Amino acid sequence: MQPIKSDTRRAVTETDSAVSVRNVSKVYGDVQALKDLSLEFPRGELTSLLGPSGCGKTTLLKIIAGLLEPTSGQIEVNGAKVTGPGPDRSFVFQDFALLPWASVIRNVAFGLELRGVAKSEREAIAEKYIREVGLAGFEKKFPHQLSGGMRQRVGLARALSVNAQVLLLDEPFSAVDEQTRRKFQEDLLELVKTEKKTFIFVTHSIEEAVYVSDQIAILLPRPSRVSEIIRPSSFRDKSVDNIRRDPEYLDIVDRIWASLRSYVE
Amino acid sequence: MYVYGHKLPALSSLILWALLWEVVGRLGLTFFIPPFSEVLVTLVGLIPTPAFLNALFVTAYAFLAGVFFAIAIGIPVGILMGKNRILDELLLPWVNIFLSAPLTALVPVLMVLFGFGTRTVIITTALFAIWIIILNARAGVRQINRSLVEMARSFGASPMDAFVKVYFWAALPEILGGVRIGVIRAVKGVIIGQLLISIVGFGALFELYSSKFLMAEFWAVLTVLFGLAFALSEFLAYLERKVSYYAAAR
Ligand SMILES: Nc1ncnc2c1ncn2[C@@H]1O[C@H](COP(=O)(O)OP(=O)(O)OP(=O)(O)O)[C@@H](O)[C@H]1O
Ligand SMILES: [Mg+2]
Repeated sequence: MQPIKSDTRRAVTETDSAVSVRNVSKVYGDVQALKDLSLEFPRGELTSLLGPSGCGKTTLLKIIAGLLEPTSGQIEVNGAKVTGPGPDRSFVFQDFALLPWASVIRNVAFGLELRGVAKSEREAIAEKYIREVGLAGFEKKFPHQLSGGMRQRVGLARALSVNAQVLLLDEPFSAVDEQTRRKFQEDLLELVKTEKKTFIFVTHSIEEAVYVSDQIAILLPRPSRVSEIIRPSSFRDKSVDNIRRDPEYLDIVDRIWASLRSYVE
Repeated sequence: MYVYGHKLPALSSLILWALLWEVVGRLGLTFFIPPFSEVLVTLVGLIPTPAFLNALFVTAYAFLAGVFFAIAIGIPVGILMGKNRILDELLLPWVNIFLSAPLTALVPVLMVLFGFGTRTVIITTALFAIWIIILNARAGVRQINRSLVEMARSFGASPMDAFVKVYFWAALPEILGGVRIGVIRAVKGVIIGQLLISIVGFGALFELYSSKFLMAEFWAVLTVLFGLAFALSEFLAYLERKVSYYAAAR
């Protein structure tokens, strides 16, 4: 299967990577989670990491975040080598990672609080992003008073509020029902357009990956490496309602399923 | 408690026991148990006396100082043990030994080391309280969701920030549980210390009353102590309930 060539956008972004992963391997004890993985993440685009469970998606994301050390290889963000977490990246956790003793607004502002932003200023910023993720009115609630999907949005708002150039999202829509998930996917497309940030997005869902991504990296199981990079081209600029009917969309979904199915069977 | 469908106020079962005490006392079975009413009258008369107030003051001072040290040392040590493997392996056996050791047997040694005064009582109190506080703070830190720690790190938390803004709060329900049990043990510690030294605080009073067979006074002081210990424990249980809203949701 040939990776699908993309349109002019490709030419613009070809040399401009926000994040470069170079020959990264990661070994946990006797488990080799990643082997010699290299991947470029174009600036201002959304790249999905798609692959079967346990293939090392979270591991790769945490290495990019600087939370884990690679066993070998290196990561560059904006040309600088990653040695630890930094203000240029923010993370949306698979299990939300909210402070259960803090209100929604304090949770959303927590990244700014840790960076020493004054209380009134950080709460103003937090309020803006709470509105943006559709949680206006819930500022004073606590995480245990929210549904799973609402908690996930709190984690998203927190990651957005620190204004990092690279957003790392680990299955950010896993805890929501199908309808809400579709709504979030549309919102995410909108965010990519308006925020002009680089999104790295982990998902299990083929349809979701094709729907939201400028670039899809398919990882194969352990020791995992990139088996294929797909860049959908023709439907990205269509309105959100028409994407799921686009022939290229359906075609890519089928191709990805064909290459992944052998790992499920 | 419910009687014929009517809810009785909390602790009303105590009234029943007080009545039983009164009856046994009135029967005059033994000089050891005077009627409860007599104990109460003695109590009211006793409280304003300088001997009692002095004992109360000395005891409260030793108790508060002992609890202060137990908390101020115990919580950070427990948190550090929960975070640091090496420290944990070094200290955990000792903490477990002292937690179950009969500390009363140590008090004579402490008296030799630290003299026959308040200092020894404070140290005894702290020794009774500190081990469970350490163990609980350690357990609290160890159950912290790993991704909370990673979250704090990913947003650039300094070690101090992580300690004050994440570890402490995440472990707070366990820490308060430990402090409550520690404080109850500290009550035992302060009284046992005073009894063994027997020249300070309530220890001196008990010594005086029992040597002169002043049973009403003896029971009166004991009742006050039981009441204070109970009130203290209830207050801490109340604090614990205040954080329970997130204890279950962590
Ligand atoms: N801390 C760890 N210690 C040992 N092995 C680990 C650790 N974390 C992950 N692994 C192993 O590394 C492999 C990749 O894990 P990872 O969490 O990155 O997978 P994933 O692709 O995110 O899976 P999922 O889609 O289920 O979230 C798994 O086989 C897992 O067993
Ligand atoms: Mg994962």
